[in-house]
Amino acid sequence: MKQELTRLTIRQARELLDRREVSAQELLEAHLEQIAQLEPHLHAFITVTADVARAQAAHADRRIAEGDVLPLTGIPIALKDVLCTIDAPTTAGSRILEGFRSPYDATVVAKLREQGAVFVGKTNTDEFAMGSSTENSAYGPTRNPWDLERVPGGSSGGSAAAVAAGEAIVALGSDTGGSIRQPAGFCGIVGLKPTYGRVSRYGLVAFASSLDQIGPFGRTVEDVAILLGAISGHDPHDSTSVPLPVPTYTDFLTGDIRGLRIGVLENEAEGVDPAVTAAIQDALRTLEGLGATVEPVTLPHISYALPTYYIIAPSEASANLARYDGVKYGLSAGKDTLLENYLETRGRGFGPEVKRRIMLGTYALSAGYYDAYYVKAQKVRTLIKRDFDTAFTKVDVIALPTSPTVAFRLGERTEDPLQMYLADIFTIPANMAGLPGIAVPCGLAQGLPVSLQFIGKAFDEATILRVAHAYEQATSWHTIVPPVVAQVKGSQ
Amino acid sequence: MLSREIVDHIAMLARLGLTEEERERMRIQLSSILDHVSRIQELDTEAIPPTAQVIELHDVMRDDVVQPSLPQAAVLQNAPAAENGYFRVNAVLEQS
Repeated sequence: MKQELTRLTIRQARELLDRREVSAQELLEAHLEQIAQLEPHLHAFITVTADVARAQAAHADRRIAEGDVLPLTGIPIALKDVLCTIDAPTTAGSRILEGFRSPYDATVVAKLREQGAVFVGKTNTDEFAMGSSTENSAYGPTRNPWDLERVPGGSSGGSAAAVAAGEAIVALGSDTGGSIRQPAGFCGIVGLKPTYGRVSRYGLVAFASSLDQIGPFGRTVEDVAILLGAISGHDPHDSTSVPLPVPTYTDFLTGDIRGLRIGVLENEAEGVDPAVTAAIQDALRTLEGLGATVEPVTLPHISYALPTYYIIAPSEASANLARYDGVKYGLSAGKDTLLENYLETRGRGFGPEVKRRIMLGTYALSAGYYDAYYVKAQKVRTLIKRDFDTAFTKVDVIALPTSPTVAFRLGERTEDPLQMYLADIFTIPANMAGLPGIAVPCGLAQGLPVSLQFIGKAFDEATILRVAHAYEQATSWHTIVPPVVAQVKGSQ
Repeated sequence: MLSREIVDHIAMLARLGLTEEERERMRIQLSSILDHVSRIQELDTEAIPPTAQVIELHDVMRDDVVQPSLPQAAVLQNAPAAENGYFRVNAVLEQS
């Protein structure tokens, strides 16, 4: 019985809770039990917050008894450990923030708290969200619930693995170059990066501020739509959050995509696994069968998105990470002079990938190189955005693979930073143009999930949710339980 | 290929203390990444304006109203060293 409680959707859980067939406390205990059984294998969490969660679940049960119920009251949720929370440590996967306690909640966390959600823990991430495998976490890697020898993707690999494994019903992550969509794809679940400006970043540990967005993970498109609705909207604390009304996203999940125009890339990049290409082709035929039309589009500058990203993102990161100075919070080396203290604190506190990106960004912004790298990259960013503007005059959404391959093996790409960066070749373009993107499971290759991505027009999350939902309902990929979960549960 | 002098200079600008081994590895890895990203130089962007961010908001202003902020104790709760309500740091300028 308890085992089944860890495969519920939000709507199924809501019905059980509201009919008082299951209490929020029982629902939580089932998830804590799942965590106890699976964490020794997966390591999806940096911190499990069982005590906080138990108090929240008890409170949720009181609210349910009083009829004071919102969509997420009593729902177990995991939070990527780059989101500030007042009642748990926030590490960003880095030694430099070990022991840090935020004096405030991120706006998205506060919104979920007000709804009466239950926070089961803070999930593992590449250090400062810089990575594509969760292997850059200072707290050790997370493993993929489909195959423990493989990475869950990254940087939000902990959130993706936790949801795939039934350790939480849904989770939040952050996506700067694919860090929600790519791990959702590798773990066989749904992940959405909202439009830049849709969700407040107040209380998100900053990586690259012109690219970062917070977004939801779920095992179904409907769960992702519900969680997106709960976190979206303008926030006076984040002047980049846009004052636009937030639609009721679940209203768009009609299953009807007749007449929808889906663009596919004519100039697809090299290096795509043929099994991924085949699964995407199958998915496009399914979508056509549902009444959508598939039309070729060109994004002439898409192959420049990756090099552009690896100038802009590290540049912004080098500025954002200047705040870790051993003075205000976090690690401090305790050296005698201010300069020595900066050098030693940052040298000891940051891991190799973060150091690499700080160096790269500092180089691109330094005198003599600023125009050739940073300004040039900003101009290419304009070209990339214009490509999408042109494409969206002809189609409603663009469909492409989430990743060129399925989940790779641990250690396979850690020695070659460029190989690791190439994992994000299909997710980075949406960040460069600020557009919403969703990853939805669309097949298996070598027993591992393949993922289909839809990119939509700015602030049109509703349409990518609609098409992803219609596809999901016409297929059964989202219903497969990851084999490691089945094995661990079966060997009880 | 980047020179050691450049790597040392950038590390100092970034206030990043690196070991000898890290500097040599950084020199090789950054050179390879810079080779890759330099592909963008082949594009003609003479007439293209730069994009710093993609949303069409400009000069977001609010009314100048006094609002509660974090209590001083909360702001200092994570400080490695604090004194009399301030962050304590080493002297920046020495007394002559």
